[in-house]
Amino acid sequence: MSHDGIRAALEGFLDAEFSPDLSLVEWRRRLVSAGWAAPSWPEAYFGRDFSQAEALVVSQVFAERRIVGAAQVGPRRLAAETILAHGTHEQKQRYLPKILTGEHAWCQLFSEPGSGSDLAGASTRADRKTDHWLINGQKVWNTSAHHADFGILVARSNWDLPKHQGLSYFLIDMRQPGVEVRPLKQMNGHASFNEVFLTDARVALDDLVGGEGQGWAVATATLSIERQGFARGRSQGAPAAASAGRVYEELARELEIDNEPYTWYPQREGRPDLILQRAQETGAIEDDAVRQEIAKLVCLTEAARISADQVSAHQKSGGQGMLPAGSIGKLGASVIARKAAHVHTMISGASAMLSGPESALEGVIAETLISVPAISIAGGTDEIQRNIIAERVLGMPKEQRMDTGPFRDIPRNGQ
Amino acid sequence: MQTVLSDDQVQFKHVVHRFFDTHSSTTAVRQLAETDTGFDPLVWSLLSETLGLPGTHLSEQYGGHGFGPVELGIILEEMGRTLYCGPFFSSAVMAGYALELFADEAAKIQRLPQIADGSIRATLILDDLNQPSQVGRLIEANQVGALTGSASIVLDGCSADVFIIVAREGSGLGLYALAANAQGAEVLAQDSIDMTRKVARVSLNQSAGTRIGTVTRKGLNRFWDLVSVALAHEMIGGAARLLDETVEYTKGRYQFGRPIGSFQALKHRCADLLMSLEFAKAATHHAGFCLAASDQATIYPSMAKAMAGDCFMEMARAAIQLRGGIGFTWENDTHLWFKRAKCDEVLLGAPHRHRARMMAILQETQDVA
Repeated sequence: MSHDGIRAALEGFLDAEFSPDLSLVEWRRRLVSAGWAAPSWPEAYFGRDFSQAEALVVSQVFAERRIVGAAQVGPRRLAAETILAHGTHEQKQRYLPKILTGEHAWCQLFSEPGSGSDLAGASTRADRKTDHWLINGQKVWNTSAHHADFGILVARSNWDLPKHQGLSYFLIDMRQPGVEVRPLKQMNGHASFNEVFLTDARVALDDLVGGEGQGWAVATATLSIERQGFARGRSQGAPAAASAGRVYEELARELEIDNEPYTWYPQREGRPDLILQRAQETGAIEDDAVRQEIAKLVCLTEAARISADQVSAHQKSGGQGMLPAGSIGKLGASVIARKAAHVHTMISGASAMLSGPESALEGVIAETLISVPAISIAGGTDEIQRNIIAERVLGMPKEQRMDTGPFRDIPRNGQ
Repeated sequence: MQTVLSDDQVQFKHVVHRFFDTHSSTTAVRQLAETDTGFDPLVWSLLSETLGLPGTHLSEQYGGHGFGPVELGIILEEMGRTLYCGPFFSSAVMAGYALELFADEAAKIQRLPQIADGSIRATLILDDLNQPSQVGRLIEANQVGALTGSASIVLDGCSADVFIIVAREGSGLGLYALAANAQGAEVLAQDSIDMTRKVARVSLNQSAGTRIGTVTRKGLNRFWDLVSVALAHEMIGGAARLLDETVEYTKGRYQFGRPIGSFQALKHRCADLLMSLEFAKAATHHAGFCLAASDQATIYPSMAKAMAGDCFMEMARAAIQLRGGIGFTWENDTHLWFKRAKCDEVLLGAPHRHRARMMAILQETQDVA
């Protein structure tokens, strides 16, 4: 379809169907049934089989006309893309529309207290009964689980197979007695994550994704979608400025809830963007020791930016050869965050003790100083990134594994 | 502005890579390190006549090839990788750039073609190799061009045919030429940590130089940027070689029944080294593209010199450490790069001086994107 054709068809649809006085759900239902909510999805499943370039035209029209699109903030996108790629026909029909309309919120139930970096070591049990699966165990780091309707869950369905082969992937109803969600307060005072306790929770037999024992393959697909999301950022999802009308009011409420876990995320990156301005305003920039540290920080932030530009230019020109872009970028972000926090501390001096209204930038710097430790853990610790770089880029030998053979024989936490 | 090398530049890199693999083996480097002149005239004439390397970055009207800092950087990266021994940096880069930037038309016409074709080896005498603002304190020219003063570090001073000299004259700086065997010029070989690059002290006492140009402070800053970025390329080339060889060593060395490269302590160190190298490379290549695109002062040349300097030293320290005791022996080649790293780190300004220079430019221009 030509880009002009797409534009004309969409404009026609919007002229006929959109009104700011619709409820958010009603408007999104219209989008879904016309295939405009997820235009890059297959026609058979609420989409239009659009290419990335074609889908971009749709996003542009939405942005120009400040039209509210499908719900997409938070873990719901991970669920949607995974179900789309690995779910059954019935699962797609049942779950996808309400993800797009925002009627159902989702969460991710992967990490456990006993398996963090070693995700495939999950020990939450999934026992098959005659007409359902029975789930027992504990999950952790579950963003938005406290208002999720459903979860994507990895659990162990076979304890006699090697660890990666005994996992299965489920869609679980979070609104049932066997599911208890508790907020997990972080060292910076926010509670972006939860712990989820599963006690004889039930999953219907046909809510298994990808077949019994296929959990690791499906989970890997989800993680890959998650990494792409990291790279793209969470920029989409809403018209920039609120407009009048019911649909916008309901969207604002939805976004307030969905974005709440992420308000401190810029601070965990160390806020290097605020350094120069603060150094100038406080006069710290005249201090040679501070100047040296600022220069080191600028070296890192600029080199990371240039390196990313060079990698993408190299890829665009069809360049060959392995470029360690992802893990090096992630490791670089950690180094930058720590250095930036260090320089903010030098600039503040003793005032860095304060976190209240009198503190620098009304607490933003204080929040930065106590949020930075998260960046080198979330999304794969620095240590895991270094293993990846060493083994996959530098080709260094893998360590001898201690976790082969039946899972039940592998040493685990608390045994 | 360029972001990555063009296809032609990649081809050029392959040619240069093969040349130095062939002609600058570690065996050759070790032999030349033990000589007084520190270079092989046969290899010099090959790289000059066959490949025309000394004229790469020099203007076509003065016998050069009219390429720029990017192509020069490609050469220096390969030279750093193989630790090439010869007066390329002193003659083509230091003296060549000084003549391009500061010499009168007549002097350029007379001297640059000889530098470009390698038939004359020049070196630049700067009385301060730490920062451009200090140049001109120690060597002075009187009104008839007689030069007096001393520079403690002159690259390839013992083998150069001609000295190009930056000297104070009144309140400004002039560019002078002096035959190496001129009266009143005393050249004394200096011992250097790095035996692969020869240095000398040159003392001048009423030596009759020829005034060939004027050096402005702004021009001197541009000159400093060009030579610093060239040197940064040499450093990332050396650092990349060290990382490659160190990683290979950890794969082949067995202790406790397994290759030491399978230990996380070593893997994590190597991963950090790779990140440091990737960042220093990105900064250095970007600085080359910036210099090629514009005369405008930016933070990037000093950023490149600072990052490449820190990276090369970090790599050299780790290359010895990860080899253990054997890495500290004369027989093992690692110390050759370690010593080059130490000298490159401080030549033309240690990292902290370049960071100070970055900050001055940053405050003037606020040019960070």
